[in-house]
Amino acid sequence: MTLLTLDGIGVRLGGRQILRDVSLDVQPGEFTGLIGPNGAGKTTLLRVILGLQEVGEGTVHKQGTVGYIPQKLLIEPDMPLRVKDVVSLGIDGHKLGIRLPSRERRDRVEQMLKAVGADRYQNARVGELSGGEQQRVMIAHALISNPELLLLDEPLANLDISSAQGIVAVLSELSRKQNIAVLLSAHDMNPLLPVMDRIVYVAGGHVAVGPVDDVVQSDVLTKLYGQEVDVLRVRGRVLVVAATEAVPQKSELPQKPELAQK
Amino acid sequence: MNWLFESGFWSSQEVHTAFLVGTVIAITSAVAGVFTVTRGQSFAGHSLGDIATTGGSGAFLIGVNQFWGYLAFGAGAAGFMEMIGVQRRRGRDVATGVVLGGALGLAALFLYLVSERSSTTGVTFTILFGSLFAQTSSTAPALIVSALLALLIVVLFGPMLMLSSLSPDIAAARGVRVRLVGVVFLIALSISVALSAVTIGSILSTALLIGPAATALKVASGPVRAMVTASAIGVAATWIGIVLAYDSYYWPPYSDGTGKGWPVSFFIVTLVVGAYLVAFFMPAKRRFVELPAADTSEHSCSPALC
Repeated sequence: MTLLTLDGIGVRLGGRQILRDVSLDVQPGEFTGLIGPNGAGKTTLLRVILGLQEVGEGTVHKQGTVGYIPQKLLIEPDMPLRVKDVVSLGIDGHKLGIRLPSRERRDRVEQMLKAVGADRYQNARVGELSGGEQQRVMIAHALISNPELLLLDEPLANLDISSAQGIVAVLSELSRKQNIAVLLSAHDMNPLLPVMDRIVYVAGGHVAVGPVDDVVQSDVLTKLYGQEVDVLRVRGRVLVVAATEAVPQKSELPQKPELAQK
Repeated sequence: MNWLFESGFWSSQEVHTAFLVGTVIAITSAVAGVFTVTRGQSFAGHSLGDIATTGGSGAFLIGVNQFWGYLAFGAGAAGFMEMIGVQRRRGRDVATGVVLGGALGLAALFLYLVSERSSTTGVTFTILFGSLFAQTSSTAPALIVSALLALLIVVLFGPMLMLSSLSPDIAAARGVRVRLVGVVFLIALSISVALSAVTIGSILSTALLIGPAATALKVASGPVRAMVTASAIGVAATWIGIVLAYDSYYWPPYSDGTGKGWPVSFFIVTLVVGAYLVAFFMPAKRRFVELPAADTSEHSCSPALC
């Protein structure tokens, strides 16, 4: 069974072509990194999958339920929701009606919080937690409805290294144990290298899909970016260096007019 | 204080109605207020109150109970704000400001016409600052039904409203029609504002809507506890306000009984603001004590080298 199939997706936003001819599929239990520079269209691609963004061309085919954690979720400290309230909203917060507290519901929430390592702050207000702690709570919120596919938009942005590693460890464990497919966007692939089954590299509106070692190669990325790109492997880390990011040569800098005239 | 036995406090029909209507309104406003503060729409709530002034004075001009004027203008303005306001928070503020300006201009005209035409003084005062004692038992059922309706809407849509406040994107991805839910909430909000305007007047109505909710959100955690706490504060302020206002008939400067008593809205608003100040200056409770960092042995290398 294929959970998700994208076929020939093209998206234009405000007269700019964001994505063109994007095709990929996701199988159950697969851990996929959606990698690319800022502004490459990673968020747009996730919104297409969720049905929040209309496509110009192509088709989206989804099977099963999808959990979603958007990027830059800023939860203010005066938000009255406690950690357990946020997770409880994940069960049926999208439905009309009154919720009566029950032991079953409480146990389910607590079990989910234990699974992401967030049970010790279940009574704290979610806005008072650190970024990494909030991410764990949001993962519990997204997973409590038992989705088969979990989409996360830049969950590691603004986290320190050990928090990011903690989140990656939780996600990879849940993905393996419960056979949940994870599609996670990030501008830095390094924290994900040990756990990614596959990479979807987005650049210049196009994607390259495959195992990390096949995709993260100078020739593949050069074609994708449409310019010279070097891939460096240093001490187990991968660095992608594009020509435009290089320090400009002195001769390329704009010159002052009076100097140019002399 | 001799009101308990001498002045027929407990046998007065006016007082009974004031207690009943005041209680229901306080609860509805408090519950709606929790969502208003959480959604960051306090300014919209305040503006709907100001706009209700126009409706209240207009209703008096055509001889209808002020509540219907408050309600009609509040609901109309809420719909108009939603229509011209783009989804962005900033656009919503601009939309609110524009509607507010237009409505208050009309209010100036209506209040002028009211004061010129009416021989009874105090109508303007009633519209602006409330008339809980002026509610007759014939208007009470309409007020109570409206309050229960607003309460029902807010409670039924409560989880969706909270999810949308947490993240509109998550709510939308799970099939919530976020914009529609927002409109439904604005309707409930305008009913609550119209009701608060009956209790403490159009321009003070925000105090009963926002005050108890803001206080509750400081001291109580969890949405249900916040709603219960806010309701308790609102009801307590209303009850004590009614008692004091009734007693103030014998207070200076008209202690000979020639005055009409101090305005009940003064007492309610003072109590609500007082409760907020107490909560504000109360030492913050530490809800979450950070334990020493969990073991990092799951990482194969030290963070500095990763």
